Amino acid sequence: MSESLENRGFVARSMTWINERFPWTPTMEKHASKYYAPKNFNVWYVFGVLAFVVLIIQLVTGLFLTMNYVPTAEGAFGSIEYAMHEVDLGWLIRYAHSTGASAFFVVIYLHMFRGFAYGSYRKPRELIWLIGMGIYLVLMAEGFFGYLLPWGNMSYWGAQVIVSLVGAVPIVGANLAEWVRGDFVLSGITLNRFFALHVFALPGVLVVLVFVHMVALHHVGSNNPDGIEIKDKKDEKGVPLDGIPFHPYYTVHDFFAVMVFLILFCAVMFFAPEMFGYFIEKPNFEIANPIATPDHIAPVWYYTPFYAMLRAVTFPLFGLDAKFWGLVVMAGAILIPVALPWLDKSPVKSIRYKGRISKFMLGMLVVSFIVLGYLGTIPPSGFGTATAQIATLVYFSYFLLMPWYTQREKTKPVPERVTGGH
Amino acid sequence: MSRFEIVKWSKHIGSLVVVAICSSLWGASDTDWELEPMKPDLRDKDSLQRGLGLYVNFCLGCHSLQYRRYERTAKDLGDIPKDLMLENVIFTGQPIGDYMKSSMSKEDAKNWFGVAPPDLTMVTRVRSPKWVYNFLKAFYMDDTRPFGVNNKVFPSVGMPHVLLPIQGIPEENCFGYEAVDLLELEAILREKKLEGILTRTDREAEVEPLDRVEGREPNCPELRTIPESGLYTVEQFDQAAYDLANFLHYMGDPSREIRMSMGGYVIGFLVILTIFAYFLKREYWKDVPKSPPRVRTEHTSEL
Repeated sequence: MSESLENRGFVARSMTWINERFPWTPTMEKHASKYYAPKNFNVWYVFGVLAFVVLIIQLVTGLFLTMNYVPTAEGAFGSIEYAMHEVDLGWLIRYAHSTGASAFFVVIYLHMFRGFAYGSYRKPRELIWLIGMGIYLVLMAEGFFGYLLPWGNMSYWGAQVIVSLVGAVPIVGANLAEWVRGDFVLSGITLNRFFALHVFALPGVLVVLVFVHMVALHHVGSNNPDGIEIKDKKDEKGVPLDGIPFHPYYTVHDFFAVMVFLILFCAVMFFAPEMFGYFIEKPNFEIANPIATPDHIAPVWYYTPFYAMLRAVTFPLFGLDAKFWGLVVMAGAILIPVALPWLDKSPVKSIRYKGRISKFMLGMLVVSFIVLGYLGTIPPSGFGTATAQIATLVYFSYFLLMPWYTQREKTKPVPERVTGGH
Repeated sequence: MSRFEIVKWSKHIGSLVVVAICSSLWGASDTDWELEPMKPDLRDKDSLQRGLGLYVNFCLGCHSLQYRRYERTAKDLGDIPKDLMLENVIFTGQPIGDYMKSSMSKEDAKNWFGVAPPDLTMVTRVRSPKWVYNFLKAFYMDDTRPFGVNNKVFPSVGMPHVLLPIQGIPEENCFGYEAVDLLELEAILREKKLEGILTRTDREAEVEPLDRVEGREPNCPELRTIPESGLYTVEQFDQAAYDLANFLHYMGDPSREIRMSMGGYVIGFLVILTIFAYFLKREYWKDVPKSPPRVRTEHTSEL
């Protein structure tokens, strides 16, 4: 043993030394060079990797922002403007973080849509789906807490509106809202706790969940646009016939995707970081003012579909006011995809082989989500509220009617082996 | 609704009313005053320097630029030498590395004006350079206001018209229609239409001529400056307003210029790297056997 070691190169000897103490090579093989992914991935399969890239961007830029940030009501706004005006490349870090927040939701929504379309939540991937929903919820909380930190006027009033929703919970609402704020009004105390949650607690949870998400994925293997299991057909060595090693095939593939993504990301970050008021709103260039509301308070675009559903509930029920039911509908809308693995009764996974009703319903889900997203950004109106109510029903019917329409419709025959791809 | 609930709700409504009043005091309400176009130009360093000069002379007394240092401003506006800055721009005796702060205390300001004059570092990002330009040009004499002036763009504004010495005395130019004969008005309109010089006023009159003719409300669509009442001509003052708005546009986002040029290089680099990444991917994927193409079939299986 020691003789043959002497004859080998330094790198090989080092690897042996490491592998005797840490499972480096087996881990790399399990997760990259001998992790077999279906060869027919299409463009929808890049958003998971992109979400990971954005997570890294957010962690790194967030770290540098924290170095300049003063988490007090008096200092927060000024410290960020100081970074923007006086710190070398401070503007770059800040815009990367604000653009990253929106980019995170863009890629996550597309990533989730991929799951909806190709049935990635179906057996045996239910846990991947649930962990993913956990990531999504944490991400929403992370975005919400982070949004208060610049202490701009829209930050302040946006947080004010959302925290006041907690107050709509019957009986304990007022106390609950006070407990969340840590004060009778939204104040520096609230800012401190949101800061702690945003930079310490939630990123930690997020990173752990992302890790667990990938462990579960690599355990069962990826789904693909045909929704068939490549592990069902293996060669004599146990390698899936339609699988290719993640490394190098998908590493070079995803590297290309990441480059295209970064071009778009940089285009926004350098040339339109405010994205015409959708990524950074105008009132947020004014310091928080508890006695002057912005003309029109709306959340950032990635929450607006749910905000529109909240506002769509305009009538009290069972002696509880509309605001409470709006909260229930909003929470229901965010949480209902959790149930997808058990709502989908179709014999096939992928939208390619599902029936016409499924295709129609998925299309309507996308339309209703976009319509709600738009309605959430504009001030309420009679017509807008009626449209939001219809769109809310459409949104929920995709999920609640799924057990019925996925069993009733005609499906197409599923191929034995994967089709299409590169 | 129980009595307790009524009390609770009245509190909510009360706080809403307070908020509504405060926000109207803040002047958040928009007017239908038509804003003239204004295109900022950050490469015009002369304009930015004139804007800086006007700002420190007329505005900085009340409105701080507290997020910016003199030094950085001097550097960005074409490397203005330090001694020139100290002599001509910094009147407060501050060192050049200091923030551009007003020397007025907040308490005094509140007593004198009702509200402390806001910091203007980011005013063009909260509003827009166009808004600032039009605001500066929209002051007019109004005896009902504490400082004797009002503003078309920001009605009931809480500040005096500090640029009055250079602009001169601006007045509303009102057209009352009481005295105008309806037939005569129509004739004028027709003529102007033919000549293709229908103005805003005429258009309004055209929409509701009877209102105007009966003189239900005075119509003051224009402002004019009493000739020779200020140091500047109308054109010079327009330029001054432009320079100030342009300067504040620079102030709002000093990284804009470097951002744009750096962005070009970064994206250029990424595009080149992407081309290589694409060919690398294609090279590797040559060995992957192609799957059969997708077959589109009809829905068959009945369940």
